[in-house]
Amino acid sequence: MIVFINYLKNLGPIKIINLINMNENQITLKIDGLKVNAEEGSTILETALSNNIYIPNLCYYPDLKPWGSCRLCMVENDDGRLVTACETLVQDGMNIITENDRINRVRKLSAELLIANHEVDCLTCRKNDDCKLQEVSSYLGINREDLGSLRRQINNISMDDSNPFFDRDLKKCILCGVCVRTCNELLGVKAIDFGFRGYDTKITTFGDRSIVNSNCVSCGECVVACPVGALVPKEPVKPAREVKTVCPFCGVGCNIYLGIRGNQVINARGDAENSINKGNLCVKGRYGFKFINHPNRLTKPLIKRNNIFEEVEWDEALDYVAHKLSKIKSEKFAAISSARCTNEDNYAVQKFTRVVMGTNNVDNCARSCHAPSVAGLAKIFGSGAMSNSIDEIKDSACLFVIGTNPTASYPVIGLRIVEAVKNGAKLIVADPRNIDICKHADIVLNQIPGTDVALLMGMMKIIVDDELIDEKFIEERCENYNEFKESLKEYDLRTVKAITGVNKELIVKAARMYGSTKPASILYSLGITEHTHGTENVFALGNLALLTGNMGKPSTGVNPIRGQNNVQGACDMGCLPDVFPGYQKLEDPEAIHRFEEAYKVKLNNSNGLMFPEMLEVARIGNIKAMYIVGENPVTSEPNTENIKKSLKNLDFLIVQDIFMSETAMMADVVLPGCSFAEKDGTFTNSERRVQRVRKAIEPVGESRPDWLITCQIAQKMGAEGFEFNDASEIYNEIAEVAPIFGGINYNRINEEGIQWPCIDEKDKGTPILHTQTFKTESGKGRFIPLKYRPSAELPDKEYPLILTTGRSIYHYQTSTMTGAVEGLKTLYGEDYIDMCQEDASSIGVKDNEKVKVISRRGEIEPKVRITESCLTGVVFMTFHFSESATNILTNSALDPISKTPEFKVCAVRVEKI
Amino acid sequence: MSKSLNEILSTFNGNKSELIPILQDIQSSIGYLPEDAIIEVSKFTQVPESEIYGVATFYTQFRFLPVGKKHIMVCKGTACHVKGAPQIIEGIERHLDIKEGEVTFDLEYSLESVGCLGCCALAPCAMINEEVESNLTLKDVKKIFSRMKNNSNDKES
Ligand code: SF4
Ligand code: SF4
Ligand code: SF4
Ligand code: FES
Ligand code: FES
Repeated sequence: MIVFINYLKNLGPIKIINLINMNENQITLKIDGLKVNAEEGSTILETALSNNIYIPNLCYYPDLKPWGSCRLCMVENDDGRLVTACETLVQDGMNIITENDRINRVRKLSAELLIANHEVDCLTCRKNDDCKLQEVSSYLGINREDLGSLRRQINNISMDDSNPFFDRDLKKCILCGVCVRTCNELLGVKAIDFGFRGYDTKITTFGDRSIVNSNCVSCGECVVACPVGALVPKEPVKPAREVKTVCPFCGVGCNIYLGIRGNQVINARGDAENSINKGNLCVKGRYGFKFINHPNRLTKPLIKRNNIFEEVEWDEALDYVAHKLSKIKSEKFAAISSARCTNEDNYAVQKFTRVVMGTNNVDNCARSCHAPSVAGLAKIFGSGAMSNSIDEIKDSACLFVIGTNPTASYPVIGLRIVEAVKNGAKLIVADPRNIDICKHADIVLNQIPGTDVALLMGMMKIIVDDELIDEKFIEERCENYNEFKESLKEYDLRTVKAITGVNKELIVKAARMYGSTKPASILYSLGITEHTHGTENVFALGNLALLTGNMGKPSTGVNPIRGQNNVQGACDMGCLPDVFPGYQKLEDPEAIHRFEEAYKVKLNNSNGLMFPEMLEVARIGNIKAMYIVGENPVTSEPNTENIKKSLKNLDFLIVQDIFMSETAMMADVVLPGCSFAEKDGTFTNSERRVQRVRKAIEPVGESRPDWLITCQIAQKMGAEGFEFNDASEIYNEIAEVAPIFGGINYNRINEEGIQWPCIDEKDKGTPILHTQTFKTESGKGRFIPLKYRPSAELPDKEYPLILTTGRSIYHYQTSTMTGAVEGLKTLYGEDYIDMCQEDASSIGVKDNEKVKVISRRGEIEPKVRITESCLTGVVFMTFHFSESATNILTNSALDPISKTPEFKVCAVRVEKI
Repeated sequence: MSKSLNEILSTFNGNKSELIPILQDIQSSIGYLPEDAIIEVSKFTQVPESEIYGVATFYTQFRFLPVGKKHIMVCKGTACHVKGAPQIIEGIERHLDIKEGEVTFDLEYSLESVGCLGCCALAPCAMINEEVESNLTLKDVKKIFSRMKNNSNDKES
């Protein structure tokens, strides 16, 4: 708008008056004599298409900058000149002609040239029916004869079928550049570009390699965007019906349509009509659905007798479980619920544990990831979740991305960060590794793993010293500032540099950038939390946001991005040992009263055990039975050997899962749950949005929805209050007992999810937390003085390297789901150990060579991948596969407040084999 | 073959507009554009690798493989074309088992086609390093290259 006003200023005063008088942003013009309204700043083509007037086009793609190369969208303007409709902006009072002889001649010639150079093979083409070239050709009435004179040999480019999910058949490419622009503008990946010249021009990767050997991340965005059959999915069968639901692979919570044929899920596509992913998806969301109908799915309950699993009928299994559990005393029982399961599933597990088993020993895997966020943010702000929304990222002026690898772990959030940078945002990245997003950064800080508190304190000292603080905000909305300021004293640049290894100038630059660019938003994830000082790291980020007043306003905040799709929901539902659903504290008498009333039983109000404590207590024999739903701690938790010991020590282990995981192997009873595609329910994404998960197919085999299984066990044990007919009834109960979900029900979230808190039916939900007051007791944001504490295990002579862990874009958690998707395994099938050239040379190993990695707890033998992203002395591994079992190495030392293990730092030695 | 990549880059500022001159310098110094060098240039100029590759392949002056000890430039000018240059190229390709623009494994020979060499009367012709071979036939192809192979063997022994 401002640009436009400036532009008009140049035209003189009269126009400005016009503009001011004009109906905001709306202008009218005529297309073929038809009067249409248009949004100012839009193009003729966009305006025509949105008014249902077709203008042929090929190189146009919504969301991308216009390109103007195919010349098909030519229209005639008032001066009788031909202009490209995709590039020309609308102006008030314009008269546009889209169709006459002259226009058609030009269009036809362009189209004929394209078609003549295109391998015409429509009937067997996988894009048939959906091809923009067909559309253009039939619109313009192009005949075979017209093409004869133009026919030339079609470039003999062989098919690139290297990617497991899509093929590139460049003989059909019309060089519209949509894929190149998608990959550059939208993804920022830049895997492909135009190469060569003249007739030989083609879309190429660096070095003209096959796509799988380029830096392509297989997101498939270009495949969706390609107007013709040059980029097509490998299995492009058309679904018989589609069901809208939510991607189960990360906390972004992208909305998808599952395509179904018979009782099989055959594909997925992004839903363009929601604020989260707007049609975008990453490789897992788009291609990772093969696990649903995988032959290895558990289809019948199993009971282990004489060390062998026997298939049994449901009744027998449930009776057996009920019988066994009824003999277990309350404090000897513990349940782990799942961040992959729905809210309803989780709610059932916590209700079962509290009501039937009479204990608060219930936890979920957030313990090993974001418990420090919940604990830390609750203390500072009073509420432990993303303070702002995903859609606000793109409008931020400064993004501080720390301890998270968004392009790999939360790819669609990665896209929004790239979009923000494109919109002019400053980007500061702090990470021990040079991760992909660094390419877009203004400043990159490579701190030594585990030194975040020192780094952040150093930055805050500069912000205070340079008077970049928001005094008014601190005055009015915060407390404890002076104590906090006192604790900054020690963190002069020299000290901070010595601890973090980060160059002084960079720290200053980053501090000034964050301190002076508003609105600024902080995004973080497990690189912050999975430390013995995880909660303190979170405090430090909270302090930083308060200091600069970046809280409670659009595009600001402290935003933990959740890894597992429903880790937010599992916590919300009270699968935590110290709170009821909706974060109502056990110690709060009102809360106890509310729940005793609702559940019609006397409840235990002493805090239960946290996950690591449960294992600890099980090891000494004081927990006798465990109920693990949808989790695989044997692979996902640190120090695998210890966990196995604990589980072996149980009298009775029930595992409910969709696959025979490493943990399920150890169970006495295995109950087959359903995947997200086979049940109704809700997931809550990172931005607190409760979204509808819909049943797309009938349960595979005899599997049952997890909530139903839990409720059936409860009923067998004679409990009341578990007679739910469907998932929506459970949600209604949740809304009744937990005020922050009070206004949410399935009807209201049918189209679009709602962000809690949502108190009643009139409440539209809360995109931004803490706009007026904080949820702390005093209503103020609480500064917390901090002191840097080193990680529990530091490198020494014997174990000289720091090992840090993370995710690959191609997999989800311990890969029980994604590992069942052939293509994802092809793209990334084992856990490598990444290290820099220098470290590799000093050990004397080459790329792809197997090495021994040894920590105080065990050793494994992964292959080496030499990369520039690692700094000297820091090696990196993913944790997806049990074959390599990275967590044999990791340290189970815990954060004292949240009991989250230190996945991110342990000392190792690497040896040549 | 003298300046290192770092020396070359140090004479530039890293602006995108310097891309072509940088690539030219690298080629004249190293003889071609190795992939590693492109990766470095990408970091230096912040231009994506794929884009540099795209730009470089657009200009015929850039090579992506080293030249062989014997660099064969077959003329594809009009006169030579008429007199059978395409067949000659094909013959050489078959004989040396490389394609135009490639280099043999032992780095002995590399093959390229060029515009008129200015000796149309002797078409079809080719240049091997500095020497012109004229009135080429398929038989000559075999002869010349076996002769050369022998030569190089001689030198080694
Ligand atoms: S699949 Fe994604 S990353 Fe790969 S080339 Fe296409 S847009 Fe780029
Ligand atoms: S591959 Fe498809 S999207 Fe890319 S340039 Fe060719 S036709 Fe356009
Ligand atoms: S970004 Fe996350 S939610 Fe979105 S498609 Fe990928 S895995 Fe699914
Ligand atoms: S759509 Fe306008 S030039 Fe291609
Ligand atoms: S055409 Fe070959 S030398 Fe002129």
